[in-house]
Amino acid sequence: MFTKPIHTKLLYLVILAAALFLPLYVPDPYIFQIVTMSLLFAIATSGMNLIIGITGQASLAHGAFFGIGAYGVAIMTKAGITFWLALPASALIAAFAGLLVGLPTLRTRGSYFAITTLCFGVILWIVAGNWIDLTGGHNGIFGIPRPSAIPVPFYGEIPLYSQAAMYFLALGFLLLTLFALYRLVYSIFGLSLMAVRNNEPLADSVGVNTFVTKLVSFVIANFIAGLAGGLYACIIGAVSPSAAGYMMTFNFLIFLILGGMATLPGPVVGAFAIPVIMEFLQFMGDYRMLFFGALLVVVIIYFPQGFVGGLRLLNQKVVARRQRKISESGHASR
Amino acid sequence: MELFLQQVFNGVMFGSTYAIVALGLTLVMGILNIPNFAHGHLYMIGGYITFFFMTSVGLAYWFALLLSVAALGVLGVLMERFVYRPLNDQPHINAFIAAIGSLLFLEALALVVWGSQGLRIPNPHPQIFEVGGITMSLQRLLVIFGAVGLITALHLFMKKTIAGTTIEAVAQNREGAMLTGINVNRVSAMTFAISAGTAAVAASFLTPIFMLSPSMGAILGMKAFVIVILGGMGSIPGAILGGYILGLIEALGGGYISAAYKDVFAFGALVLILSIKPTGIFGRKED
Amino acid sequence: MLRVESVTKRFDGLVAVQDLSFEIVAGEILAVIGPNGAGKSTVFNLITGTLRPTAGKVFISELDITGLRPYRIASQGISRTFQTTSLFDQLRVIDNLMIAYKWRTRLGFWNTLFHTKTFKADQATAFQRAMETLEFLGLAEKSHQFIPALSQEEQKRLAIGIALVSQPQILLLDEPTGGLIPEETDRITGLIERVREQGTTVCLIEHKMQMIMGLADRIVVLNYGKKIAEGPPAAVKTDPAVIEAYLGGEVDA
Repeated sequence: MFTKPIHTKLLYLVILAAALFLPLYVPDPYIFQIVTMSLLFAIATSGMNLIIGITGQASLAHGAFFGIGAYGVAIMTKAGITFWLALPASALIAAFAGLLVGLPTLRTRGSYFAITTLCFGVILWIVAGNWIDLTGGHNGIFGIPRPSAIPVPFYGEIPLYSQAAMYFLALGFLLLTLFALYRLVYSIFGLSLMAVRNNEPLADSVGVNTFVTKLVSFVIANFIAGLAGGLYACIIGAVSPSAAGYMMTFNFLIFLILGGMATLPGPVVGAFAIPVIMEFLQFMGDYRMLFFGALLVVVIIYFPQGFVGGLRLLNQKVVARRQRKISESGHASR
Repeated sequence: MELFLQQVFNGVMFGSTYAIVALGLTLVMGILNIPNFAHGHLYMIGGYITFFFMTSVGLAYWFALLLSVAALGVLGVLMERFVYRPLNDQPHINAFIAAIGSLLFLEALALVVWGSQGLRIPNPHPQIFEVGGITMSLQRLLVIFGAVGLITALHLFMKKTIAGTTIEAVAQNREGAMLTGINVNRVSAMTFAISAGTAAVAASFLTPIFMLSPSMGAILGMKAFVIVILGGMGSIPGAILGGYILGLIEALGGGYISAAYKDVFAFGALVLILSIKPTGIFGRKED
Repeated sequence: MLRVESVTKRFDGLVAVQDLSFEIVAGEILAVIGPNGAGKSTVFNLITGTLRPTAGKVFISELDITGLRPYRIASQGISRTFQTTSLFDQLRVIDNLMIAYKWRTRLGFWNTLFHTKTFKADQATAFQRAMETLEFLGLAEKSHQFIPALSQEEQKRLAIGIALVSQPQILLLDEPTGGLIPEETDRITGLIERVREQGTTVCLIEHKMQMIMGLADRIVVLNYGKKIAEGPPAAVKTDPAVIEAYLGGEVDA
C-alpha cells in the first residue's frame, strides 16, 4: 500500500488535519464524547505499549495506574487544587506507585510479575470501592470541575469549559505523548528496551542493566496511564472504581493487541477502532464480549502483530517483491 | 471463643476450596510453566454446569457433579489444544493474553446463557449441626471432607499410577520426557483435564452454600495464583498448605479486622512475601 | 590480567568446577579445552557473573569481580559470546551492535527524551563504532538487514562483533566455530587473530584441535572440572594426562 515513507508521512498529516478540524464537522455531542474518550484511551494504551509491547513485560495493572491518576485529579481538584497542578501530581503519584510495585516484582520471573500486577490492580480496585472517606466508595466521586482557564499574555485567557476544549486538551496530550514515545523508542534507549524483550540474558551480558531498564519502562508507562486517568476524571466529571478496575486493564489490552503491539500507531488505531466496533455491535448485547474474547485469542495466536503490525508486514512483502522484480528485470526504478 | 472457633471452621472450609482450586492451577503451571489465568473462570463454568444439570435436567446432586467434572475435563482439553498449545514457542506474554481472551469469553458465555443475577443451586444437604458452639451445615462439612478425599485421591494418582508419575516427569523435565518417548502433548491435555475437573468439584461443593454468578471465578482465580506463587509454582504441598493458610487468614482477618477488606489480605500477603522470597515458600530456585 | 583463583562450583551435589586456578595474560590468546562436560562453559559463566562461584574468586587487573552481575562485568571490559549463537533476532544487524555499545554512552531516559547535545553526540558515536565493527567483520553491507537474512557463519561473526563493539579488554569466545565447515572456521580463526592484533586479549573454548594448535599461545586443559594441564600447545599436545583424557582423540575439523 504505502511503500514510500513520504506516503506514510502524508497520511499522518491528513489525519492530523482532520483531527484539528473535527469539532467543525462532528455530527452530535455523543459522538464527540466517544472520540474524546478514544483519545484518552489512546494515551493510556500507548503507555501500555511501552511496557508490554516494547519491553515485553506483562504488566496487568495498567488500569490501576489509570485509576490512580483519575482519583488523584478528582480528589485534588474537588479540594480546590488547580487542575494544572493536580494532573502532573497525580501522574507522578501513579509513577511512584509503579516504582513501589516494580521494585520487588521486576526481579522475578515474568509470570510472577504478571500475577502481582494483576493482584495489585485488584487491591486498588477494592480499596477504591471501600475507602469511602477518600474515594466515595462504590459511588465514587462526581462533580469534578473542569480545568481552570489558561492565561495567555496580551489576550486574556482561554476558557476550558466546552466539549471542544476538552477534545483539544485530550488531543494535545495525545500528540505530546506520541512525540515523547517516538523519541524514546527510536533511539538506543528504545533499543535497550527491545533488547530486554528479545533476549534478556544477552542484554545482560552486553552491559544493559535489565532490572533498571524494566523498571524505568514500567514507571514511564504508569506515568502515562496516570496522565490519561487524570484527564479522564476532568473530562467525564466523575470517577468510580470501574475506572481503576481490571476491566479497564483488559480493555486497554484488547485495544493494544488488536491495534498492533510494539508499533506507535497501533494503540491509537486500537483505541479508536475497537470502541467504534463495540458501538456498532451494541445490538449483540452480552454476546459482544463473547466475540471479543474469542477474537483476542485468535489474534494473539495467528496475528500477534495486530492490525498495524500486519499492515507493515504486508508492506514489507510488497516492497520485497517489487525489489525482486526490479533486480530480475534489470530495469532502473522509476 | 465461640466466634474464634466458628471462624476457624469457616476458614478451614474456605481453605479446602482454595486448596483444591490452587492444586488444579499448580498442576497446570508445573506442566505449562505459565499460569492459566482462566482457571478461576473454569471453576465458575463448573458451578454453572452443575446448576444446569440439577435444575434444567433434574438430576441428583452427585450425578450432576460428576457430569460437570466430565464436561470441564473436555473443556480443559479444548483449552490446552486450541489456546495454549499453539503458543508453546511464543513469548510467555502471548499466552497471558490468550488466557485473558479465554476468560473474557467464558465470563460472557455464562452471562449470555444464564444472565447476570446470582443463581442458587438447591442445597442438597441442608442439615445443620451444632458442635461445641460451632454451627456446621452438612454441606460445609462436605466441602472439608470432600476436599480431603480429593486431595488424597490425587496424591495417590500422582504417586502410584503411571499416568500420574508421567505428569510429574513432564513437569520436571519436558525435553527429557520427550526423549524417553512420552507423548508430551497427551500429558498436557490430560493434566489440563484433571485441573479443570478439580475446579468443577470445588465449585460444585461450594456453590450450594453461596451464590453462582459469572464474575465469581475472577477473584477466586486470582487468589489461587497468589496461593500457587506463595506455595511455589508446581508444588502440590505448597498449594494445599497455602490454600488452608489463606482460608484461615481470610476468615480470622475478615471476622476480627475488617470484612470489606477481606480479599485484600491475600493480595497484600503476596506482594509482601514475594519481596522477601521471590520464588515462594516451597519454590524451586530458577535461573 | 584476568585471574581465576581456586574457583569451585557445586550444583546440588554435582561439582562442575573444582578448585580451578589459572590466569589469562594480557595480549595472549588462551584456549580452554577438554572433553565434553569438563566444565568449560561453566568457567565462562563463573567469570561473567551468569553463575556465582560456590567458592573462590575472580579478578580482573587485581580488581575483585567475583559474583558481580553480568552487566557489571561487561562494563569492566569483559565481553563474551555463547555456545549457541545468541543475537537480538527481532532487531537489525546495526541495532545489535549499537545496544552492545550503549554502556559506553550516556544515553539514558532524560537525554533521549530531550534530544540533548549529549544524546546526539553519543548516538552518532555509537553508530560510527557499530559501522567500524561491521567493517572489521566484513558485514558492512548487511547493516540494515534483519538477523534471519544472515547465514549461520555470518551470525557467528555478528555475535563476536556484539562482544567487540564496546572495545573490551578481554574477549571470551565459547566455541566460536561450532558447526562450521573448514572454510568458515578458517575465516573465524583469521578474525580472532586480527582481534588480538588490535590489542584485545582473547580466551576461547574450542574442540577443534588443529585450529587451537595453530592459534593459541597457551592452553588450559580441563577434565571433570579440574585443570589437568597448562602450557604452550607443544607441551600440552604430548602431556600424558591430556592424551588419556581424550582417549580416542578428537576429531580434527
